[in-house]
Amino acid sequence: MRVSLLITCVVDVVAPDVADAAVRLLRTAGCEVTCNLDQTCCGQPAWNAGFAEDAARVARTTLDALEADLDAGADAVVVPAGSCATMVRVFWPELFEVVGDHGAAARARRVGERTRELTELLAGRADRLQPLRLARPTTVALHASCHMLRELRIVDQPGALAGAIDGCEVVDWDGADRCCGFGGTFSVKLPEASVAMADEKLRALAAADPVADELVGCDTSCLLHLQARADATGRPLRTRHLAEVLAEGLAADRDGGGATA
Amino acid sequence: MTGHQLDGTTLRQRTAAAVADERLRANVARAVDRFAGHRLTGLAELDHEPAVPGEPGGADGLRRAARAAKLQVLADLPDLLERFADRVLARGGHVCWAPTAADARRYIVEVVEAAGATRVAKSKSMATEEIDLNPALEAAGKEVVETDLGEWIVQLAGETPSHIIAPALHRDRHQIRDLFVDRAAASPGLGTDPAELVRFARGRLREVFLGAEVGITGANIAVAETGSIVLVTNEGNGRLVTALPRVHVAVLGMERLAADWAQADLLLALLARSATGQRLSSYTSIVTGARATGEADGPDELHVVILDNGRSDLLAGEHHEMLGCIRCGACLNVCPVYRQTGGHAYGWVYPGPMGAVLTPLLAGDEHPEAAEVAGASTLCGACMDACPVQIPLQDLLLSLRRAKAADAGRAERAAWRAWSAAWSDGRRYAATTRAATWGRWAASLTGHLPVGRGWARGRTMPRPAAERFRDRWRAGS
Repeated sequence: MRVSLLITCVVDVVAPDVADAAVRLLRTAGCEVTCNLDQTCCGQPAWNAGFAEDAARVARTTLDALEADLDAGADAVVVPAGSCATMVRVFWPELFEVVGDHGAAARARRVGERTRELTELLAGRADRLQPLRLARPTTVALHASCHMLRELRIVDQPGALAGAIDGCEVVDWDGADRCCGFGGTFSVKLPEASVAMADEKLRALAAADPVADELVGCDTSCLLHLQARADATGRPLRTRHLAEVLAEGLAADRDGGGATA
Repeated sequence: MTGHQLDGTTLRQRTAAAVADERLRANVARAVDRFAGHRLTGLAELDHEPAVPGEPGGADGLRRAARAAKLQVLADLPDLLERFADRVLARGGHVCWAPTAADARRYIVEVVEAAGATRVAKSKSMATEEIDLNPALEAAGKEVVETDLGEWIVQLAGETPSHIIAPALHRDRHQIRDLFVDRAAASPGLGTDPAELVRFARGRLREVFLGAEVGITGANIAVAETGSIVLVTNEGNGRLVTALPRVHVAVLGMERLAADWAQADLLLALLARSATGQRLSSYTSIVTGARATGEADGPDELHVVILDNGRSDLLAGEHHEMLGCIRCGACLNVCPVYRQTGGHAYGWVYPGPMGAVLTPLLAGDEHPEAAEVAGASTLCGACMDACPVQIPLQDLLLSLRRAKAADAGRAERAAWRAWSAAWSDGRRYAATTRAATWGRWAASLTGHLPVGRGWARGRTMPRPAAERFRDRWRAGS
């Protein structure tokens, strides 16, 4: 299977290790990975803020890049971020319709049908990732990000993947599926409410039994938000994308190789 | 729309003040968790077979059916309203078509005056909150007493409801006990046990029912088939307000119609369950006409005020699905923003996700400052999952944000324009996201906006990595 990676801007700029891990996992799972660097961003920040024209302008660039990869033989687009995968699959057609670009809307529908969130794709090939083992036993709390859960309905795959790692214990915690308070421009327009939401998540995390060694999710933006709040308030917190945890679990000799491999 | 309590504040100021109140947040979180938990239990009981094979059964099947029913009602609304009004008239009732809040207030004050009433008893009604009825009655020299416990509490406190089904949800029993002592002349010996507080309130309110000449209610559902009004309450006060006073005035939001009892049944099956998890509320009262000859109960006069107040415009526009709302409050109970702020921070009559959508739509051009409440959401989608009539609240919020963005200030528009100009091109994206230049570029976009300062409120700024993924990829391939 050949997949085209939509890096997502946040991962590209702030958390490149996530994309590295995604590539290693995909290769281990038997995928050939391509990445068209003409891509930029899915346009979600502007779309959520109501600036559809600007969102469409940016999204069109990334749509072109992904479509070119699919036309060149990629079977699927894979996205290591639930909210960006949602943007492509759910909101791109609507976005392009709203701005009157029906041609792009039709193209977006075709790309969307072949777009998968990373863990969604990996879950179908999980046996090829085995054996997965963490050298140092780790307890993780999973954060279910909103769009992935309620738009894409990807519910069980992250937990199933994490639970299949030897040495990785997944803890239940209160409010695991409650929003972290980021919400794109919401976080800067109503920062006090946004921070209060993050605080409740962090309090719930601290109250988990057993306490988790790290908070793990499938959206870097949620994790960055919670990390930024924890850091500012002196709470110890370690966040990682699930791809990073899974990649750590790959046996060294079965490592499919990252971007530089 | 009237009934707002902005006092010149912005949404941000109000939410900031609300989240600074730890006690408020704890009260709200405790209450909404209880409601939301009960809702899930209540809906889980619905295990009937799907109406159409292959479609969802159970609660989701009912939700889908309810959505279809409400959309049909909205499509047929003018006819259904005529039929409903004809039935009310045929049963000896009076009907007032009120285009605006002011028209509704004027009519109701006239009815109260004509009844020679000095005291008015009200049961819980968001429509009367929407039209700001109590101040109008008080200005006419009438004593207005709210008889729903929660409404009475907020009335004593000089507040407005903070939740559409639980008006005093933001207050805990200790605060309520103090309020009763301070404002309702309760004995200082009054305890904080909920049963004791309820007993005190019941004693007080019983006197009101017996002394009021006019009773005013809202209407949860109006059934066109029979001209009936359905009232859903848990305290029995609705029944007393409609039965004891000589005159009953019901204020009906004009979209709250059901064509027939089959539709009403469908909506009732979801309303109480979605609100509190109950199969039915403790009292589901059906009022059909005034007391007829030979009937033992009911008022001498029944007046139904059919309230438009912006709804016709809403019905004609692209956001008409919002008129399907049955006011169960489920979206408030699952909203992570409402959970932190409570309802008053929204600043208008209707809070939470349904309020964030409905408020700008009802306010229209008259109150452009209402548009900002559409920002009170992270678009997490929990509200859509909870809505018993499957209103696409997130899509409506996005649409309202687009409408607001069209009026955005020049600096904000210019920033998005500069961003999209740069990021619609792979090379310019690459140039702006280099670690060395990223900060400067971001600052140039947002320098005139409170974006950076907003994030910096209690959060560290994430740093770009030394090397982007695309650099690694290029180096490796």
